[in-house]
Amino acid sequence: MSHGAAYATGLPAVIRGEEAFLAARRAKRAQALLGLAILLGCLVAAAWVSEAHPATLWAGLPRIGEYFARILPELRWGALFASAETEGSLAFWLYRLPEWAWLILETANMAALATLMGSAFALVFAFPAARNIAPSGIVYQATRRFLEALRTVPEIVYALIFVWAFGIGPLAGILAIALHSAGANGKLFAEAIENADLRPWEAVRASGGSWAMGCRYAILPQVLPNLISYVLLRFEVNIRSASVIGFVGAGGVGEELYKVISFNYYEEISAIALLIILTVACVDLLSERLRHAAIGRLEAAR
Amino acid sequence: MLQIEGLTRRFGAKTAVDGVSLAIAPGQMVGVIGRSGAGKSTLLRMINRLTDPSEGSVRFQGTDVTALRGQALRDWRMRCAMIFQQFNLVQRLDVLTNVLVGRLNRRPLLSSLLRMFTAEERAMALAALDRFDLAETALQRADTLSGGQQQRVAIARALLQEPRIILADEPIASLDPRNARTVMDALRGVNRDGITVLVNLHDLTTARDYCDRIVALNAGRVVFDGPPETLTAQRIREVYGVSEAEFAEEAAAAVGAPPPRQAVPA
Repeated sequence: MSHGAAYATGLPAVIRGEEAFLAARRAKRAQALLGLAILLGCLVAAAWVSEAHPATLWAGLPRIGEYFARILPELRWGALFASAETEGSLAFWLYRLPEWAWLILETANMAALATLMGSAFALVFAFPAARNIAPSGIVYQATRRFLEALRTVPEIVYALIFVWAFGIGPLAGILAIALHSAGANGKLFAEAIENADLRPWEAVRASGGSWAMGCRYAILPQVLPNLISYVLLRFEVNIRSASVIGFVGAGGVGEELYKVISFNYYEEISAIALLIILTVACVDLLSERLRHAAIGRLEAAR
Repeated sequence: MLQIEGLTRRFGAKTAVDGVSLAIAPGQMVGVIGRSGAGKSTLLRMINRLTDPSEGSVRFQGTDVTALRGQALRDWRMRCAMIFQQFNLVQRLDVLTNVLVGRLNRRPLLSSLLRMFTAEERAMALAALDRFDLAETALQRADTLSGGQQQRVAIARALLQEPRIILADEPIASLDPRNARTVMDALRGVNRDGITVLVNLHDLTTARDYCDRIVALNAGRVVFDGPPETLTAQRIREVYGVSEAEFAEEAAAAVGAPPPRQAVPA
């Protein structure tokens, strides 16, 4: 046996070391096995409680494939670029492209507005929610919990409330997404502020500047590139949110998507889904570039 | 007249400053020396109220500074400017704006948040920079300047507060000897204009060269207070129980400054 190599040396220190190593390895393996068993138990319990029966999963899987097969358009090579009148052409599949494009533009605008509104709100609340500069423990706790509450409620719930209050339309969606963004970005902003260098802050305060002036002059210049990067990231997330928030009548392309899904207009489902995916991909690419530019500026400053 | 009366600060069980009483006449340049942990920094920060005292009082022309709150406290801080070891400039802002930070207390909140300053204030800031040969750097970012330049920008910022007192906490500990001299010259210069200067120093030679009066702290207490010529090597040994060379080496190491020049043995 290869373990014997240590014993073969005959040196007590080597033998003791090898034995300690083996004991430690046994303990580690037992621990890993135990952890794995607990994890597995939890998984089974969770599946049982939430009625996620493997049998249902197994039976349903083929139907997902079936659904995808149904929503796929019937395109014919020969007629691919024919007019909208010809079945099997791209134009026939996307026959309502102008309307959908407009809806998607509306969706992107909703996301942009909601991101800006939410982030402006987040900026105001992030300073008192940063532990290192919060005026007092109470203010810190209060703003932190408030931001938490804002982001805990899902956008779709906000949307339902606002649709009820302001009626069907994009305004409800914008407000819903903005509130959620405020909560989510407020936390991220506050954490960026907590990482800021406090020496300039001390200098502004020591020269008689107020708390707000300290935020403006000592902290904001340090964290701005970081915040911009978070805002762009939020915009990407919000584009996705804005695409589905229309399901409850809160504007954007979601309303149309919900309609075609409920009415089983199979080919239109795939058409809209494709357009949404393309838009999201474009926004992602663009904002990723901008974000890296912002981070690059941050790094260059260090 | 700045009157410090029984000033004490405790951090948990540790007493950083222990019953310090000092009277500082207007226009004096006072060097505060002491080993690491002697309480120099805490003493200065209590005068500006960056740190609140546990006991005792600071009075300035009859006003109890220790009792001030809100706007009155900010007004006091404006009149009692602070210089830091690490300069504490906003690295990502230009030099001019860093200097204008000294005016913030006098600006209405809204216009200050929009970074709007008057033409007079800009002229003041440029003049203060020009005094230290830094007017050319006004639009550069603060982090492009050398340490000595940054500290002089910090002094210009302090001047824009139009202060009665400048508190300088180890202003030259992070600088090389040449820059240290320009910064000390700058401080001495503004002192000659009538501003009282309290400066924490780790370097005895500098304290002797530049100050009218030296206050030595040990374990939070004042152990020497007098003109520099009376602080002889013998007094240092009496007060601190170590030779002057040992004291200098220790103090320099504590603030991360380069070791002092050793006297060449004859």
